[in-house]
Amino acid sequence: MIPSSFDYLAPATLGEAVNLLHEHAGDAKILAGGQSLIPMLKLRLAEPALLIDINRIPGLGYVDERDGSLRIGALARESDLETASVVRQRYQILNDTTAVIADPLVRNSATVCGNIAHGDPGNDHPATMLALEATFVAVGPRGERRIAARDFFLGLFSTALNEDEILEEIVVPRPTAPAAGAYLKLERKVGDYATAGVAVQLTLDASGGCARAGIGLTNVGAMAIEAVRAQDFLRNKPLDSPTIAQAAEIAAGEADPIEDRRGSADYKRDVVRVLTARAIRIAANRAAGANIATPLPFTYSPSQAALRS
Amino acid sequence: MSKHSVSVTVNGTAHRSEVEARLLLVHYLRDELRLTGTHIGCDTTHCGACTVLLDGKPVKSCTLFAVQADGRSVSTVEGLELGGELHAVQKAFKEEHALQCGFCTPGMMMSAVALLERNPSPSELEIRQAISGNLCRCTGYVNIVKAIQHAAADMRATRHTPAYVPAQEPAQVSR
Ligand SMILES: Cc1cc2nc3c(=O)[nH]c(=O)nc-3n(C[C@H](O)[C@H](O)[C@H](O)COP(=O)(O)OP(=O)(O)OC[C@H]3O[C@@H](n4cnc5c(N)ncnc54)[C@H](O)[C@@H]3O)c2cc1C
Ligand code: FES
Ligand code: FES
Repeated sequence: MIPSSFDYLAPATLGEAVNLLHEHAGDAKILAGGQSLIPMLKLRLAEPALLIDINRIPGLGYVDERDGSLRIGALARESDLETASVVRQRYQILNDTTAVIADPLVRNSATVCGNIAHGDPGNDHPATMLALEATFVAVGPRGERRIAARDFFLGLFSTALNEDEILEEIVVPRPTAPAAGAYLKLERKVGDYATAGVAVQLTLDASGGCARAGIGLTNVGAMAIEAVRAQDFLRNKPLDSPTIAQAAEIAAGEADPIEDRRGSADYKRDVVRVLTARAIRIAANRAAGANIATPLPFTYSPSQAALRS
Repeated sequence: MSKHSVSVTVNGTAHRSEVEARLLLVHYLRDELRLTGTHIGCDTTHCGACTVLLDGKPVKSCTLFAVQADGRSVSTVEGLELGGELHAVQKAFKEEHALQCGFCTPGMMMSAVALLERNPSPSELEIRQAISGNLCRCTGYVNIVKAIQHAAADMRATRHTPAYVPAQEPAQVSR
């Protein structure tokens, strides 16, 4: 399959890229990892007149902690998240998330910012960014603006980014210990989008109860959903089994799935319930100091499950 | 439509070409350079038959434009053999019967080579994860995993470094 013709420019600075995008607003697309855009171009679901390749702009591939926050630059790849030691230490939920996105080949190219900017409800990072209360830094012709994750996702393939804005950076506030998260996803096979996915980030209080919970849901609505009622319910509660079960029920009620090849709406809601309870448990145990490895996606056969230990 | 002059190093040889912006790297390799070892299986970024190494990292060449490879190094299956000697991974695929129709094999081997460059002693799980973007419809993967384990052992024993595989660079390209 061959895309329609387009012009191609690879500016050397972010400022130049913004100018080009502004000049050609509506006709131009940013090319980052290309792992969503190029398949769409090949299927001719998108036929922009101009591609603005940002891959030649130096200095955007960072994943590092500065001023009390984790910063993920526009050209940080999924595979960079997998190898960043700061992520493994304090943001394990991001490791969990990237591990279940597509496959290692796609992850070598795909960017985390592209995953957010694309606005696909099947993408896994939006739910995680909601749970982490991330902020997105957009740069446009009028300068920079910061958008909270909960104000960013507006609907199916629709985000708060303007046509002439580039997502420059994701800022994740450093969790104050004891805190941890987990991301769990059910997929039909490696590289599949989620039947449902659940991101949970918890901060514990002195007695091991829940001081704060962030919960995001993947692919059970037109966009990633912040399970606000489940979050509120958990606040200042002990993390015992009845509480976890009830929070999971509430989160399932906040999901808004439709029936498709991945299952009925009821089935998906129940997957949300099961994954929420499991993710809360993993997050709570991690926050309490347990060393729990990134879970494998739930596609492995029982014989392969033996490989986990 | 725009034409671009690109210079791409493929298996150690520099090539300079005029390409249309929409030309995919896999078509550039197969149609312009006649390197037909890199296969097109699905064309929807799922199967990994088109896997090549871009600056040492395995990527799907059906989901990358040739212009994007300007100034960069690409390794394909043709570059694995050196001076008439097969790469340890190629030998092991043959010895362990890791292929049937062979369609997935070039991509599978490129993912294996990249894994072994980075991790000389991968566990079975690490091998299965590393090739999880490469689909094989014939073998059931068991012999592929065995072949990669076999190649890993050979490479550890002989410090085998024949192929043109550039060191893996960070994803950031600055110029
Ligand atoms: C086989 C396959 C399986 C996949 N499975 C999953 C999965 O399970 N989960 C998942 O989350 N994702 C999955 N993906 C999607 C993948 O993670 C994409 O790479 C990601 O959605 C987009 O990132 P990108 O860097 O490739 O963006 P591109 O494809 O380059 O761009 C995507 C869109 O975002 C825009 N854009 C990109 N970067 C910016 C920016 N910085 N500022 C403004 N706009 C920008 C582009 O203009 C374009 O419209 C899969 C992809 C493939 C091919
Ligand atoms: S042909 Fe490229 S992934 Fe299948
Ligand atoms: S050997 Fe036939 S697809 Fe792998």
